[in-house]
Amino acid sequence: MSSISEFRVQHSNWSSRIGTTIVVLAFVALAAAPWWAERADLRLLAEIYAYVALASLWNLLAGYAGLVSVGQQAFVGLGAYLLFGLAMLGEVHPLAAIPLAGIAAAIIAIPVAALIFRLRGHYFAIGTWVIAEIFRLLAAQTTALDGGSGTSLPAAVIISIAESRQMREFVIYWIALAQVAVILFGIVWLLRSRYGLALTAIRDNELGARSNGVDVARIKYCVYVAVAFGTAMVGALIFLQKIRISPDTAFSVNDWTAFVIFITVIGGIGRIEGPIIGTVIFFLLRQTLADLGAIYLLILGVVAIAVMLWAPKGLWGLLADRFGWQVFPLQRRLIRKR
Amino acid sequence: MDWVNVILQGVLLGGLYAMFAAGLSLIFGVMRLVNIAHGDLIVLAAYIALVTTQMLGINPLLSLVIVVPAMALIGYVLQRGLLNRTLGDDLLPPLLVTFGLSVIIQNGLLEIFTADSVKLNAGPVEIESLAVGGGLAVGVLPLIQFGLAVVVIAALQWLFYRTALGRAFRATSDDQPVAQLMGLNNAHVFGLAMALSLAIVAIAGVLLAVRSNFDPAIGPARLIFGFEAVIIGGLGSMWGTLAGGIILGVAQAIGAQLDPGWNLLAGHIAFLVVLALRPQGLFPKVQG
Repeated sequence: MSSISEFRVQHSNWSSRIGTTIVVLAFVALAAAPWWAERADLRLLAEIYAYVALASLWNLLAGYAGLVSVGQQAFVGLGAYLLFGLAMLGEVHPLAAIPLAGIAAAIIAIPVAALIFRLRGHYFAIGTWVIAEIFRLLAAQTTALDGGSGTSLPAAVIISIAESRQMREFVIYWIALAQVAVILFGIVWLLRSRYGLALTAIRDNELGARSNGVDVARIKYCVYVAVAFGTAMVGALIFLQKIRISPDTAFSVNDWTAFVIFITVIGGIGRIEGPIIGTVIFFLLRQTLADLGAIYLLILGVVAIAVMLWAPKGLWGLLADRFGWQVFPLQRRLIRKR
Repeated sequence: MDWVNVILQGVLLGGLYAMFAAGLSLIFGVMRLVNIAHGDLIVLAAYIALVTTQMLGINPLLSLVIVVPAMALIGYVLQRGLLNRTLGDDLLPPLLVTFGLSVIIQNGLLEIFTADSVKLNAGPVEIESLAVGGGLAVGVLPLIQFGLAVVVIAALQWLFYRTALGRAFRATSDDQPVAQLMGLNNAHVFGLAMALSLAIVAIAGVLLAVRSNFDPAIGPARLIFGFEAVIIGGLGSMWGTLAGGIILGVAQAIGAQLDPGWNLLAGHIAFLVVLALRPQGLFPKVQG
């Protein structure tokens, strides 16, 4: 019999070493984008980062913790409104307001989760949508931020980010990049920890996870609150860049949930690489089909249903199963120590 | 007297919400499927009624003769062709497929009918009212709507507990493999359940279209009203669903009376209060 001390867990393999290297190089190149990209490209890149971040967070929620929410626009909008409230009414510096909005949203998510976790499975999904509707209606009642018609950030707040317009664009771009980097590597770190093992177990078989001593309810609760924290910060930055906010845009189910779900499903749900691949495909499709208007969303819906039925693990799932690829060092293989 | 009137109107509105809820509750009961596209199917039925009345020049209430079978057929085909493939232990496929369906229906309708809001005109019956004493009057149309809701729910109750089809529904609901062993074709039973659900959706859609303006984007809110009525009433109870719809309708009417902006919020708050204090609903029958 060999004792447990003779083994160690190996996370990386040849593909994750290549993958991680590419990801790190890509981040370095993207961090330098203000020196090589046009202003319009920077805005597009920042939008892509926001979608990678939102889809990765939704993937953690639905793909790993099994909490299928169709109401994450609740936290995008909440974060955005908290930022506007803090910056315009509380006179907080807009950049400092981003993490504060995240923290406040997480605190609000605690009682919200306690309520909607009473709904089982499918009904939980619609419950999350009700919460988003309630937040939207409350935002429309907030007369201090011009209620239903929405409001814009005053010039003084915008200038406080940076003096020149160009520098403002750069600062917001870098924050968007930093945000997606922190969220992605935060998720990698989480999945490599013992909580990640529990989450992966819940993803694969919830009953099995529970019978092996995983406190499923507590982990789900923590994931929900943590995802609310991240989603709200992403939302806050999106609307800091847009400068203008209204209840219908901030709590839009199409923009912040339908797109995010389609991205994750097409890319590969339950895998960290899925949302990244999905976002790339989503933006490629958008650049070519955007003129079609409503038809574009219709096509996305059809593609997502087709993927769900015939390739439920998404595009990355197909590749990963076929070739054993992983971009991030997440696998667990027991190696006997020499 | 104002308040009595408000509550009365809320009760009548509740009948419509109960009808939104009945189809949702039915398919959840039979196959544990929550159809996120439910609200958009209600709107689809309203548009089919619009096209029918325009083409044939008939009264919207008469168009039910065409809309109900059409929606039932759509339901059966949808279930056999698409939704049956998603059923199983995994929650994700049915949720995501019906969510995709919701987006497809919404944007398809938007493409064909534009975002302009429309309404069906049911003729003079729309403005007729009955005096019920004490200076109160109720519209004939809301009364018809409420009456139809009660009839639909009574018919569902009868169908579930008094007919062979109802027995098949209950059997597959209780234990799918055993139902199959007893000679039921589950795929067919599920198809019939969805057909029945969308037949109710058709009635709800026509009533909605006669009652108020509609456009392709209003589906999700109808789903939410139906869902709230189901949860308030308690899972699996048909009469509970009617009670849930009425509570929701009354809450909205009271909210609107206090402040027009609080119309929908008051309904949502009633839902949250029930969820906090009595998560199994007021009249539960099955465990979700």
